[in-house]
Parts: sequence; structure tokens; C-alpha cells
Amino acid sequence: MPGKLKAKIVAGRHLPVMDRASDLTDAFVEVKFGNTTFKTDVCPKSLNPQWNSEWFKFEVDDEDLQDEPLQITVLDHDTYSANDAIGKVYIDIDPLLCTEAASVISGWFPIYDTIHGIRGEINVLVKVELFNDLNRFRQSSCGVKFFCTTSIPRCYRAAMVHGFVEELVVNEDPEYQWIDRIRTPRASNEARQRLISLMSGELQRKIGLKVLEMGGNAVVGYLQCFDLEGESGLVVRAIGTACTLDKLSSGSAPNTNTHVHPNTAPASNACNSPSKDGKEPVFGEDLPSSSGPPTPFRALPTSSSSPPPFSPSKPCSRQSSSSDTDLSLTPKTGMGSGGSAGKEAGPLKTLLRQQTQTALEQREFPFFTLTSFPPGFLVHVGGVVSARSVKLLDRIHNPDEPETRDAWWEEIRQEIKSHAKALGCHAVIGYSESTSICEEVCILSASGTAAILNPRYMREGCLDIGSTDHRFEEPSPPSCGFCHIPYDELNMPFPAQLTYCYHCRRQKVPDVLFTTIDLPPEAAVTGKGCLIQARLCRLKKKAQGEVNATAISNLLPFMEYELHTQLMNKLKLRNMNALFGLHIQISVGENMLLGLASATGVYLTALPAPGGIQIAGKTPGDLSNEHHILTIQKRINDAIAKNKELYQINPPKLFALDPEVFCGINMELTEEGVGSPIPEPRQRSRLFRSHSESSDELSELDLSHGKKDAFVLEIDDTDAVEDIHSLLTDAHPPTGFYSCNTEIMPGIYNWTSGIQMFTSVRVFRLSNANLTNQGLNKIFTDLCENLLKSFYFKLRSMIPCCLCHLNFTVAVPEEELIQVTVTAVAMTFDKDQTQEKPADKPITKGSSETEEQLQFPLELCADTSSANTQPSSKISGVPESTNVSSRDRCSTWLELLRLKAHTIRRGSVKTISSLERCSPLPEGRSRSLRSSRSFGGSSVTVVKMTPLSFLPGIRIIKYLGIINMFFIRETTSLREEGGVSGFLHSFIAEVFAMVRAHVAALGGNAVVSYSMKECVLMENPNKNQAQCLINVSGDAVICVRETDQETTASMTNIGQTCSSGTDGAT
Amino acid sequence: MAVELDVFVGNTTIMDEEVYQLWLDGYTVNDAVKVRMEGGVMDECEASADVLLSDTMDQYRTFQMCERLLHSPAKLANQLLFQIPPHRQTVLIERYYAFDDAFVREVLGKKLSKGTKKDLDDISAKTSVTLKSCRRQFDNFKRVFKVVEELKGPLVENIRQHFLLSDKLARDYAAIVFFANNRFETGKRKLQYLTFQDFAFCAGQLINNWTVGAVDNMVEDMDVDLDKEFLQELKELKILITDKDLLDQHKSLVCTALRGKTKAFNEMEANFKNLSRGLVNIAAKLTNTKDVRDFFIDLVEKFIEPCRSDRWTAADMKLYLTHYTNSAHILDTFKHQVVWDRYMGVIKSCIFKMYHD
Repeated sequence: MPGKLKAKIVAGRHLPVMDRASDLTDAFVEVKFGNTTFKTDVCPKSLNPQWNSEWFKFEVDDEDLQDEPLQITVLDHDTYSANDAIGKVYIDIDPLLCTEAASVISGWFPIYDTIHGIRGEINVLVKVELFNDLNRFRQSSCGVKFFCTTSIPRCYRAAMVHGFVEELVVNEDPEYQWIDRIRTPRASNEARQRLISLMSGELQRKIGLKVLEMGGNAVVGYLQCFDLEGESGLVVRAIGTACTLDKLSSGSAPNTNTHVHPNTAPASNACNSPSKDGKEPVFGEDLPSSSGPPTPFRALPTSSSSPPPFSPSKPCSRQSSSSDTDLSLTPKTGMGSGGSAGKEAGPLKTLLRQQTQTALEQREFPFFTLTSFPPGFLVHVGGVVSARSVKLLDRIHNPDEPETRDAWWEEIRQEIKSHAKALGCHAVIGYSESTSICEEVCILSASGTAAILNPRYMREGCLDIGSTDHRFEEPSPPSCGFCHIPYDELNMPFPAQLTYCYHCRRQKVPDVLFTTIDLPPEAAVTGKGCLIQARLCRLKKKAQGEVNATAISNLLPFMEYELHTQLMNKLKLRNMNALFGLHIQISVGENMLLGLASATGVYLTALPAPGGIQIAGKTPGDLSNEHHILTIQKRINDAIAKNKELYQINPPKLFALDPEVFCGINMELTEEGVGSPIPEPRQRSRLFRSHSESSDELSELDLSHGKKDAFVLEIDDTDAVEDIHSLLTDAHPPTGFYSCNTEIMPGIYNWTSGIQMFTSVRVFRLSNANLTNQGLNKIFTDLCENLLKSFYFKLRSMIPCCLCHLNFTVAVPEEELIQVTVTAVAMTFDKDQTQEKPADKPITKGSSETEEQLQFPLELCADTSSANTQPSSKISGVPESTNVSSRDRCSTWLELLRLKAHTIRRGSVKTISSLERCSPLPEGRSRSLRSSRSFGGSSVTVVKMTPLSFLPGIRIIKYLGIINMFFIRETTSLREEGGVSGFLHSFIAEVFAMVRAHVAALGGNAVVSYSMKECVLMENPNKNQAQCLINVSGDAVICVRETDQETTASMTNIGQTCSSGTDGAT
Repeated sequence: MAVELDVFVGNTTIMDEEVYQLWLDGYTVNDAVKVRMEGGVMDECEASADVLLSDTMDQYRTFQMCERLLHSPAKLANQLLFQIPPHRQTVLIERYYAFDDAFVREVLGKKLSKGTKKDLDDISAKTSVTLKSCRRQFDNFKRVFKVVEELKGPLVENIRQHFLLSDKLARDYAAIVFFANNRFETGKRKLQYLTFQDFAFCAGQLINNWTVGAVDNMVEDMDVDLDKEFLQELKELKILITDKDLLDQHKSLVCTALRGKTKAFNEMEANFKNLSRGLVNIAAKLTNTKDVRDFFIDLVEKFIEPCRSDRWTAADMKLYLTHYTNSAHILDTFKHQVVWDRYMGVIKSCIFKMYHD
């Protein structure tokens, strides 16, 4: 009897009228957990009943506590006929099972009915008393924390990253059971909601068990999905990364905010250091001091010198009865000593690699669902690996033995693993899995980024030698290290052009880099990033069974290839050389396949500049054709030039790779440095134009780098012409807008607190029966482009702003329908600072990171030491113009640093003042809010939601648990509810409301890493019916405004901050 | 090929104030799009007509979903469906309950019944306020009327608290409720020159001085019904015109005070008895519901029009009424000073407000 669950029903409000005669309702409540049910008294004739019930107590196993939701049903009492249900509330009590998370659930919950939507609210109190269970063979895994966030959650520290955990459970879908023919839609929907809730509870518990067995205490990057396989059943599967997390003490926690603005925060620290007064030489003071206050993660190895609090894990001793796919369990001997720390002192990279490999190879799947890592964790990135497989669904005969589904995924994961190996990598990061189902065909997809990781975090004991480890890494400067190729140069897995890294000039880098992860915070980026999408439609014949599956799998490689080509072209067109957050979705419909690839393009300073795009005709000599080609070429060149300007891509000109010409590089660098920090846009653009106008000079430049040819596009057929057209038709975001699909926009660092999360759904009906691939492509492209345009328009009041984490999902719900669902967040930023920012970057970057990186600028000044030693005492805050004679360059370089310190300081002041500006107005309101609250008031806590793992300007102080909710809504009066749009609009609003209510009841005021996993809409306008399923998830958190750090801000205060934030944006 | 479904839902509900106004004004989606295009929003964000249409539809849908909540504004603050910042809520409510002066002028004093509602299309045609907007405004009047009907306490305060309106708007609604309850005639041609604000001011005066609430503030309907006892007492004022001596005495007192102070003195002297009779007769008849309804028309016919034809200036009017009221206090045989003050205080301010072109 390891737990006691207590629930109390306090009151209801805004109930619907259930008795037409009196215009009132006689409401009572049933509280059910497992098989036990309690009832409240009937509160007669009231739409705002006060039950104030006793505490209903359920004595249950913790296994049940994890699996089952608390079910609260509000009913209308009827003396003569059956009681009518008003609606239900399901409360997931999992957050109460973690000691660190919420201690009580208390608040107003919307009463939800699958037919009528939200019908009033109910105030509920829930508590859990857990007894310690010492049973080693227990089936529950209470206490394991789950996070949707795909990075180490703020306010935690990763003591160890154990690795991949996966699980799936299957069941029959109630919607397809025989009984569904006789029961009401409501009963059927509720059965389904309950089943899925149970299944996800069970799934989470089983994953938790695996984590405990591995010695971890948390799952990060938890990704749970549903496969509605129809007749053949219902699959709930999840993957995640098991970790051992330590909570950061409150003292050190504030530092985590540096992670939010990786490049600004430490820099401003530096300014606050005693040396800031600017009289001493900049180099002597600023740089060391800036590396002095270490970023929290950097501090990790040293601060963790105390022995890790966990007993050695036994990753291999998994013996769960469930659907383990551990066919290839490695023998325990391999693990043996767990990872001898002593060896690591040897400064040989090969040894490190060997060790890493052994550490990782012992894992069945060295996969990580994380997309962002503590500095030093990620060593090299190989590239994107993905695998797809087409399967025919058949009925799951025995739900307790879901081997088929397991085997399918096992197969795919093996393939991913071998791809990664081919890239010379031992791990896959940013890993995710997805499916697309149409009738009985199912496409299983998995993708990730092959990488080499530092094993430090994956073995215990190794954390002790943090400092040695630290030095040991030095040969590869971390800021560009991840770009260096992990594979053997002579034995490349794919044709790629390698050059020496533009940052350190020691290692080889590829010409382009595709990844599924977020941009590492230490990466040096030139200019800004942007969203890049490749969209593709392919018609296919309608077919059944095997034939259909074959047809689809034959089409897949072509689609992948074409999407890849599109991405590559668009990347080049934007003058960028790397993609982050790449997500390729292929969706199957009855008569077509849709492919959508989204990523954020950036110009990585460490990678070579992309060559242009060159158009070539196949039949030279044809004059008209030649002319045509010329015009297209011109348009493309123009577009590239324009993009360069738009994204402020102004890469440093590095002429030579030869170390002998170091001096030359030096000069070039300085010149660049001088050129860019000048805040005056006019001058910068002039400078810039000189770049773009002399395109031939550029190409010469390219040639001088050697072998980097322009990308050649042959237009020999209409297809290619179309491709080029589509290439050029992508509209740019309007002025003031940026967009990306990663956590944050590369190149923007000064976020202000205005955020707006949104979900948008569009369904397009293709009426033309005989469409061509091209026609479809155009429609699909327009659909996506128009959606983006709509967002820009709707959010125009937030300018300057950036749409972050734009997550597009496509589906083909019916034969002639294309559905696109987008969830994203718009975040405001300070425009003034951005203009200065690119200039600040190299230095702030340097200061925010490790010494290794600083080495470079330091070296630089050592070389020109003569100039350096005369400290630039003449420094004034005023920037000098570009035309500084070369003799003065070095001092200018110094001046520049000084200048940056100035701008940074100014910048930080600005942020604070802008925050203060927001506060006075809501202050009064917050007071009134608090007061109204204390009077048993009715005000609603503002809950912010974001798909990102953080909130700008706001610090997360506590994670309250995972939110994972599944809702079904059905209507038989579609027209009356405003058609499908009206129906879905209110449903999405209701889902948001229920998420917010649950978070508020847990005591939270924000949801981070929010995502809408599923939005399945089925409609039948002729029958006036529609049904929709939505699954959402995220992490409930308590957060406070960063300026309130010292004072413990009250909840209401936060609520106000949030609203003031959004106000400020509008 | 068509967009079959198109929704955009923000965690914080996005509402464009311009579109909200168009929606309130009863524009159809297509008309609203046209207006917005002419307004030049398109240039703002490189938007196309499609984008504008989609945005307008979304916003209209949001407003429709909110409308139910706006009917009882207190709910808006503690509902969970839409996350709307408090100041936004205030704007939403205030705008929803705002009305067109042209429209309210038409229904002012009319019974807020189904019958009136049926005539809304005529009013719509006459005032060129869209029928949809007329209906909303009419329903607002009716809703406020119904709610405050059953409440105790001061009318304006009740409206302000129940509908979370600004003080100004709450006062306007109090006037509308007051007029509807007493069915004051406001539609006659002679009253056409008066604006809603004129009437609202007069209503405020009447509510503050002539209702039951002016003496006792815990009665039901205290601010809606006129004080019956007071109306009875008003009959006593008749002595001012029936008693010949008193009338002459009053006239001579007023004339003495006015002499030399105004160009219109001669007209005032000549008309004194007529005007005085007019005002006192209005007072004496107010026990009749029918005459209460004609209160404003009587004021215009019996007092304002004669003065206007004699080309009194507003200052003349002020001067005359002040002395007319004050002189009555000096009449030693006139015993109804309190009633007189209560009556003339209101009459004075009403006439000042109503005396314009």
C-alpha cells in the first residue's frame, strides 16, 4: 500500500444550464480512481455550486498512481431519469509523485465534454502521500523526472548522461471495437481518451523503470507519440535520453541565465568586473576577467569534483519484461570497470576517441534525443543520418507482446547506427522518430545527427578529472571543433569538398553541414540565420497492400534526393553553409506523398563560403536559350546578393590558409573587425556593397581557395526550370521579421520579454482531379508560403520579432486534402542592439567561452605586440570610421574591444530599463490581482507557453512535471459551430485553456518545450459532423523575471510580468 | 482548389482593435476586408488580399466566440478559454457596450420590447448604422435594463460593477435605462435638435434629485422611479400662478433684479407670467404618467421656444432662471421652499443644457 491519494471537490462555476424549466442545474461530482468511486452531495439549483466536499481518500499502489489519471465527472442529478453528464476532468497525478515537483494540485479546471467542449469549471484539490517502498522488484518508477525539453533543463546539472531509452505499448483502439457500434460517440471518445491516458501512464512508468535500472533519475528529451493504426490498433511509443541530473542550488541557479543569452550575459559580467572602468589596457583586464566568471556548464567539470551521488549503474542488466529491443545486448565484461578514469589523462586524441567509442559501443543504441548539449560534450558532427521504412500494418494479435512494432523500430535504429558508423561517428544526437499512416501502409522514419561525443558525461568517476579533461581537449578549439570532420579524409563516406577550418585552420571541415540539432551556443556565426524549407509533392497511383507499399518505398529515395537538392539550392541562394534543426517529414496519402523539410540555415564562420549557383544549359550555341540562361543567372546572382544583405552575411575574408601568411590574415581580420562594428548602417552597407558588387572578384576569391566550384544547375528540361522558379519565388520575411525552426535565431541575442505562442492549421482541398506533380508542388509551396505570410501579418505588432521553433507538420487526411499544422513562438528582440550585435559578437563570444577560444585573439595581439603594449589610453567611446590607416589598425583593434565593452554595457542597461518600463503599469494591476485573489477571487493566473526550452528575460526556478494531454472533440452540429474552422478554432483554444489550467493548478506559470504532437481532423460536412484528436505535451515550470532574481517574486507578480511582457510586445 | 480550413490560435488571444471595431459596426467579412485594404494595412507587412481575408475571418471567429462572455463581462475576467491581458479585456468590454449616438437617439425613451426590436431595420436605414450593430446595441440596452431592474442600490454604480464599464459609459447606460423605464418622449420633431448627451445630462439630474434614491438609497428601483411623494408636493407650487398677488410680487422681484442687466429685459418682463405659468404647470402635472412622458416636450414648448423666439441668449436664460428661482424665496407667503428648490434645481440645469440650436 505505498500511496494514499486524496481529493477534495471545492466548487464549480459557470456550469451550463441542464434543466430548461428552471434554467439551473443540480450538480454533483463523481471522483474516480482505479475502480473506486466517491460522490459528492447534490448541490441543487445552482450554476455556481459550492460542494466543499470531504477529502476522498484512495489507497493505491504507486504503480496505479503512475498509470491512472484521477477522473472527475460532473453530473446533473435527475430524479426520474438517468443523470446527465456535464463533463469530465482528467488529472494526471504524476507530478505529485516527484518530491521535487509540485506538492499539491489545486485550482480551477475546465470541465470538458467531448461533444460540447468546455462547460464550466471545477475547483479541485489533490494531494498524494507516498510511503517509501523498499521493494527492489517494484514495477513503479515514482520519482523519475520527465522532461520534454531537449537540452539539460535549466536549474539542473547533468552529472551523467546514460543514453537512449525507448518503449512502446499497444492496444486495441476502442473506436474500432465491436462495442463502438452500440455505444454513443461520447462514450467511445471517453473510452479512447481514458485508454490513451492509461497507456501513456504505463509507458512513462516502464521507461522510468529502465532509467532506474541504468542508474539515472530523469528522462530528458522525452518524446511520446501515438500511432493511430486504425483497425490494427493503437500504439503509444516514446523515446528519451536517460540522465542523472543534479539540482543546482539556488545560489548558483541564477547563473543559468547566462545560458539563455550565451553570448551576451557573460560579456556583461565582464563589464561589471572591477576592471570595467576602461583605463587599463583592455587585453590585460577584460579578457581574463571575462573568462574568469565561468559559465555554469563550463564550471561543471571542476565543480563536480565531489563524487557523483549515484551508485554505479549497470546499463546492461536490463531485464524488463516489456518490449525491450535489446537483442544485441553487449556482455557485461565490456562495461567492466565502467570507464577507467585514469587513462584519460593521456593527451592523445585517438585514445580519447577509442575510449569514447568503447563507452558508446557498449550501448545498444548510442542515441540521444537532446538537441543542445553542455559545452564540451559535443566533439564533432558528421552529418544527418536518417532511415525510413515502409510497413504494412496488420492486426496486433497479442497486445502484451508487441514484437512486430518493436522489431520494426529495432531495424530502423540499427540502420541509423550503421549510417552513423559510416560517417565515422559513434553516436547519434538530435534523434527523433516518427510515423505516417494511411490506411494499412505505415512509413516509419528516424533521423538524427551523427556525432562524436566526449565520453566524460557518460561514465561515472570521470567527472573527477574534469580539469585534466579540460586541458586535454585544448587542441581542438571548441567553437569550431564540432564542424571538424569526424570521418577519415581519405576514406570519405560521401563526396564532399574539404578545406581547412576557417577558424582554427588546423582541421578539415566540409563545405556544408546538415544537422538535426540546435546551433551549439559556442558556434561562431556570421550574420543571421533563416528558415529554409524544401517542399515536395509526388503523385502515386492508388493501390492496395503490398503493391502500394512497394510503390511508396520506390518513391521515397527520389523524394529524399529532391528535398535534399532543394535544401542545398536554397541554402546556396541564401549564401549560407550549414543547416540546423533539419526535420524532414514524409507524409503518405492515398494518391500522393508529401515531403516537407524544414531547417534553419546559417553561415558558420568556420566553414568555407558557399559558392554561387551557376546555371548551365545543355545545348550551348542556342542563342535564345543562352539569353534565357543569362537572365536566370542574373536573377540568381541578384537574389544571392540581396540575401547577403538581408541576413547580414559579411564573412571575414580569409585569403590564405597558409600559416606563413599569418600576418596577412591578421591584417585582414583586423580590417574586418574594424569594418563591422561601426554601427552606422550606411557605412556598413557601403562596405558590404563593395563585396557583392564585385561578384567576379568574389569568384576569384573562391578560386583562390582552391577547388570550390560554384554549384552548377543544369536547365535542360522544364523540370529544372520549375525548380529554379520555385527557388526564386520563396518570399523573404518582411522587414523586422526573422524566422527559424531552431530554439533561437542564430545572430540574435538580445531578446526582450514579449512572446506569443500560436498554433495554426490550414487544410487545402485540391479540386482538380488530374493534377501534375508540378501543379501540386506549386500548391503545396504556396500553402506553406501563405501560412508564413499570414503569421507575419498577424504578428506585425510585435516587430522587431523572430518566429522561433517554427514546426510544420503536414498530413494528407483524405484523398484530396492537404493539412499543414504549425506551432511556433514569436519573440520580440531589441532592434537597436542587433545592429551593434554582429560587431560585438566575435568578442562577446570569445569572452563567453573558454580560454582556448580566446587563444586566437590573444595570439593575434601577441603578434602585433608592439602596438599592443602601448595601451590605447586615448580611447574615447566614439568609434572611428573605417578609413583608418593600416598602421593604426592594431590600436583600432584595441579600441574596438573597448568600444564593445561600452556597447555591451549600454546594452545591458537598456534591457533593464526596458523591463522597468513595462513594470509600472501592471504594478497596480498586480496588486489588485493579488487582493482579489486573496478574497477567494477569480482572477486567472497568466500562463505563458512556448515551444522553446526557455523564456527570454525570465528564469525558470522549478520544473513541476511533464504535461502530456490527449483530447478528442466531436461534433454533430458542424455548421452551427461555424464549420470546420469554427470547430477546430474553439477546440484548439480549449486545449490551450486546459493546459494552462493544469499548469496553474500545479502552481506553475509557464509551459516550456510545448508541442502539439498530433492534430488529426476528420470531417464529414455532408453529415454535419467532425472529429478531432489533439495531443500536446510540455514541461510545466515556475519562472520569475530575471530582474527579480534577488527577491523571491510571488506568483502573481510573475503572472503580471507575463502579461506585461505580451503587452509590451503589442 | 480552396482553403477548406484556416485557423490561427494564439496562447494570448490576438485581437486587432481595428477589426474589432469593424465587427462591432456590423461589417461582413468581405466588407471589412475592403475597408482594411483601403486603410492601407496591406503595405504594412507586404500582405496580400488572401492574408487579409484569412486574418479577418480568424478575428471575426474569435470575436464571435468571445461575444457570449461579453454578455456578462464579469465572466471575461475569470474564464479560462481565452487568455486576454486585463487592459485588453477592458477595451473589449468598453467597445462592445459603446453605442452610436444616432442610434440611441432613436430608441431613447422607447420600451425595450420585441416590438421595438422589429423596427430596428427602419432605424438602421434611417441612421445608416448596420442592422447587426443596431441589434447588438439594442440587446445591450435590454440586457443592462434587465439586470439592474432587480438590483438595489445606486443605478450608475450597479451598472458599472455588473458590466465593468467606465464611469462615463455607466452614466450613459443609466440614462438609457431611466428613459426606457419612464418612457420619456424624445422622438417628436421639436425635440429633434437635442442630442443624446443633452438627454443623458438631464437624466442624470433627474436621477440625482427627483427619484426615490435621492432621499433613500436602499430601495429597489430607487434610481429608476421618480419620487411619488415629491411629485404630489409639486402640486402645491401652483399657488405661484393661481395666487394673483404672489404672481405679481414674484414678477416685480424678478424684474427689479433683472433691470438693466440684459438686452432682453422687455421681453422677459412681458413674458414673465406666461413662462412662470408654463413651468409651474409642468410641475403640477407630473403626477400623471402621461405628462411625465411629455416632460421634455413641455419644457421645450412652454419655455424654451418662447424664449428662443425672443432671441434670449444663453446668458439671459441663466440670469432669468437664477433670479426667478431665488426671488421665490423672498416671497413671504410662499411656504414650499424645499420643494421649489428641488424642482427648480433640476429644471434650471435641464434648460441650460437644452437651450441651444
